[in-house]
Amino acid sequence: MTTTSITHPAPTDTVRRRRQRRRFGTVGALIVLIALAVIYIFPFLVQISTSFKTEGDAANNPMSLIPQTWSTAAYSRLFNNSDFPLWARNSFIVTLAVTLGRVFFDSLAGYALARLKFPGRDAIFYLLIAVMSVPGVVLLIPKFLVINYLGIYDTFAAMILPLLVDAGGVFMMRNFFASIPESVEEAARIDGAGTFRIFWLVVLPMARPALMTIIILSFQGSWNEFSHFLIATQSPGLRTLTTGVATLASGGLGGGTQYPLKLGAALLMTVPAAIVFFVFQRQIMNTTGGAVKD
Amino acid sequence: MTVTAISSRRRRGAPQGQGVAGWVFVTPVVIILGIFLVVPIVMALWVSVSDWSGSGSPFTSQVHFVGAKNYTSVLNGQGLTAQTFGLAVRNNLYYVLYVVPLQTALSLFLAVMVSRRAMKGRSFFRMAFYFPSVTSSVAITVLWLFLFSGSGVVNKVMSYLSISGPDWFNDPNGVGTQLFHLKESGWLATGNFLGIDWYQWLAGPSVAMSAFIIMAIFTTSGTFMLLFIAALQNIGEDTEEAALIDGADAWARFRYVTLPLLRPTLYTVITLGLIGTWQIFDQIWIGTHGGPAYTTTTPAYMAYDTAFSGNWGKGAAIAFILFGIIIVMTLVQRLILGEADATKMTRKQLRLDRAQRAASAAAAEKTTGRAR
Repeated sequence: MTTTSITHPAPTDTVRRRRQRRRFGTVGALIVLIALAVIYIFPFLVQISTSFKTEGDAANNPMSLIPQTWSTAAYSRLFNNSDFPLWARNSFIVTLAVTLGRVFFDSLAGYALARLKFPGRDAIFYLLIAVMSVPGVVLLIPKFLVINYLGIYDTFAAMILPLLVDAGGVFMMRNFFASIPESVEEAARIDGAGTFRIFWLVVLPMARPALMTIIILSFQGSWNEFSHFLIATQSPGLRTLTTGVATLASGGLGGGTQYPLKLGAALLMTVPAAIVFFVFQRQIMNTTGGAVKD
Repeated sequence: MTVTAISSRRRRGAPQGQGVAGWVFVTPVVIILGIFLVVPIVMALWVSVSDWSGSGSPFTSQVHFVGAKNYTSVLNGQGLTAQTFGLAVRNNLYYVLYVVPLQTALSLFLAVMVSRRAMKGRSFFRMAFYFPSVTSSVAITVLWLFLFSGSGVVNKVMSYLSISGPDWFNDPNGVGTQLFHLKESGWLATGNFLGIDWYQWLAGPSVAMSAFIIMAIFTTSGTFMLLFIAALQNIGEDTEEAALIDGADAWARFRYVTLPLLRPTLYTVITLGLIGTWQIFDQIWIGTHGGPAYTTTTPAYMAYDTAFSGNWGKGAAIAFILFGIIIVMTLVQRLILGEADATKMTRKQLRLDRAQRAASAAAAEKTTGRAR
């Protein structure tokens, strides 16, 4: 069919046929996409409804989207009878510290690497790229060794400090600063402003889109971080939502499968990440793509 | 510290002042990356060739250099550690073999579909497909344990189709064994590579591992879809339109115009996929702790498990062997697919290109939070 339409150009006929085929293609494609979207969304809908079911209902009717009897037992258990609020507090502390640290240090270093001339700049730049290429999971044991050696194991410092800077973020900021014109800074320099003042008052305000990217990525990265907290801490008081819910998943509170409780906890910990996603979806959809300008 | 940098710069004029400021600006990054990335690697290299037991400092005189002993005990194919490592490599190899092609194909398919101008509700579909990428490895694994439980949603759906589903996360049987009716006898029971026989190599991923495979495809396809969407936007409509005027139909346009232009992105996605899938750890720790019967143990999980149960030398050795595996895999991929149009690029371009890829890798890793 394809070859005929190419080899025998019969304008009106071909165009009509192609248009017809395209219309059919669009409808077919839409049906396929809707089916796929159902597969992608349905698990989360089931998760929401199960968290409001009773234990027996969750086991007997795993598919139903409406609980037979509505129950908020899972949530009241989480908030009144578990460490969940503590985990949430710890997650917020770590995420806030890591995000602030990354925004400041990444942009500072990124600016220096893009604009300032100093001996060893290229060496640091290549070191940065080398560091980025080391797979994170390979570093788990090495990181524990240093944390332990420094005597900060099982502290907030061990959770926050290693995450406070990320090579990828520095790299992104460097690329951003290299892409904006230098003329504004030169004007400020002629006016006698120092390097830090130029950075803080002139350059940084221009970097808002790039900073937003760093904030979003840092937030999602540290909010969802699991393995680093696993090797950096052991006491229940330092559990975050990730390590806390993970222990809940393997142990639970008491007997039974406790699916409503576990799914409720998993749902609640997803809410902040989901809010950030929905609020900044335009940036997120563009950032990840923008990083790969081929 | 910063204050001195400012005043010295002002007094001495641009070049020297910039030198001081430059170093002041990069110091926090250099210190933190040095202490928590460079030093740890050196320390772990030492531990991997030592008999450190985990108590006290690894640099005291009680800790001895043991040469490559830890590495050989993992790789020589004898003993429990070597057998478990063989299984772990097999498990992860099948995981990579299924996840990378499927997630690449699916994400490309999704991207092409939601990029069609005629498609209604494009942004809705993009959000729906990307949403699983936002969730943490913990939350999604908890959900998966429920969906794939014995009486869970997946088995319910399968029962509508008159199939009795397995008890997913508790089923150690190999998918390959069941499909091809393999038995551990005859020549299959012979042979020994990394401590396990041919039967075990051919048994395929266990049913439990298959659930993880499906989860990986579900959660990463959205992230990679975004990379493909961006690339499709860069290609633009002009190229497509030109092909349309030439009379090419949809499939021909895709196959001969779009796909070749997507090659660099395809390369990136496959590279990220390879690197990410060899690092699967979180899901295993949360979901199965390597069970049932070690069929979901991966080298990353085994390194952690070995080290934290007191065998630090072996654990560190496994981590470095895994590093080696990842490097070899990406090199092999580079050989097969070739550096994207390497011949046409100048050195500088190539370097820039590689750097950009590294950056996108970092970005994607952070967006998913799951790449490791």
